[in-house]
Amino acid sequence: MASRRRGLPEINAGSMADIAFLLLIFFLVTTTMDVDSGISRKLPPMPEENVEIPEIHKRNIFVVLINKNNKILSGIGSPTSIIEINGDGSISSSLKDDVKTFVTNNGGSPNSSDSPDKAVVSLQNQEGTSYKTYIQVQNELTKAYNELRNEKSNVDYGKDFNRLDNEEQKKIKDFYPMKVSEAETKAN
Amino acid sequence: MSKFKKGGGKGMPAISTASLPDIVFMLLFFFMVTTVMRETTLKVTVTPPEATEVKKMEKKSLVSYIYIGSPTKSQQSQMNLSTKALVQLNDVIYKREEIIANNEIQKFIDSERRQKDESEIPYMTTSIKADQNVTMGIVTDVKTELRQADALKINYSTKKTKDAN
Repeated sequence: MASRRRGLPEINAGSMADIAFLLLIFFLVTTTMDVDSGISRKLPPMPEENVEIPEIHKRNIFVVLINKNNKILSGIGSPTSIIEINGDGSISSSLKDDVKTFVTNNGGSPNSSDSPDKAVVSLQNQEGTSYKTYIQVQNELTKAYNELRNEKSNVDYGKDFNRLDNEEQKKIKDFYPMKVSEAETKAN
Repeated sequence: MSKFKKGGGKGMPAISTASLPDIVFMLLFFFMVTTVMRETTLKVTVTPPEATEVKKMEKKSLVSYIYIGSPTKSQQSQMNLSTKALVQLNDVIYKREEIIANNEIQKFIDSERRQKDESEIPYMTTSIKADQNVTMGIVTDVKTELRQADALKINYSTKKTKDAN
């Protein structure tokens, strides 16, 4: 259709799609969609001088030791049993199960924890421990607590833990507080 | 039955492409909005370990990153480095001894804090992006330095994998 007034000629917009495509491809290529994810932890504050270290009874400490050859030992009070590594390099679920029975002991066995509130997992590693193994162990510990919290929330509220509102989640977190203590790395 | 007969030699009518720019623009805006440009170029190679119990990081603006890994090939040849693990803060890489001796982490955390509002400081998180092959020695040093800098909220960056069972 010719313009009625024969004023400005219309600009051909046919190449607009091409320009837009060009820009689109640029952004497609530069976009990184990865969401940062990871295992969150809170470090203990630096110990102040002349503050007494509170003593914890042996039965309330679950020790996990990873040595420089990435072998894992665990046990209540002192590390006694070896945790197997599966064929595909993952950690045997016995570590997770041990942590769960330790936390939920509630004074039942005299050699295990008094209550979930008092139970502490002590994670020790050596200078040469690989970060990969360390993360695997951290993952198993998190999994143990996540499963416990999930079970508790299903009993109390009939819902999964991550479907509860903040207040309910906090109640369950207070019931099963995750206490992981990390000692300083031991040489060798 | 003529209703279903194909029209003689007319062929298919051309599909109008007039709305093509609109569609492309829509996609373009989507990607423009979601794109996050990398601020730092990595000078160390980081392949994060895998884990199943991961949590998404929220509020990216409040996260500071510490990279730990062996230097990239080009860095190794440029700066004559071995494959020993190094720590990268912003755009600079440091050796393990330098981190401890010069309080580099403390300086880094302080400069990160200065950029933020005072009320936001308690919510700041430090993300440790370490390669799966580094040893715990250097990671523990970084953690000790973070404790000294009073940056206690940390996150071990991992890749999410599906649970095996």
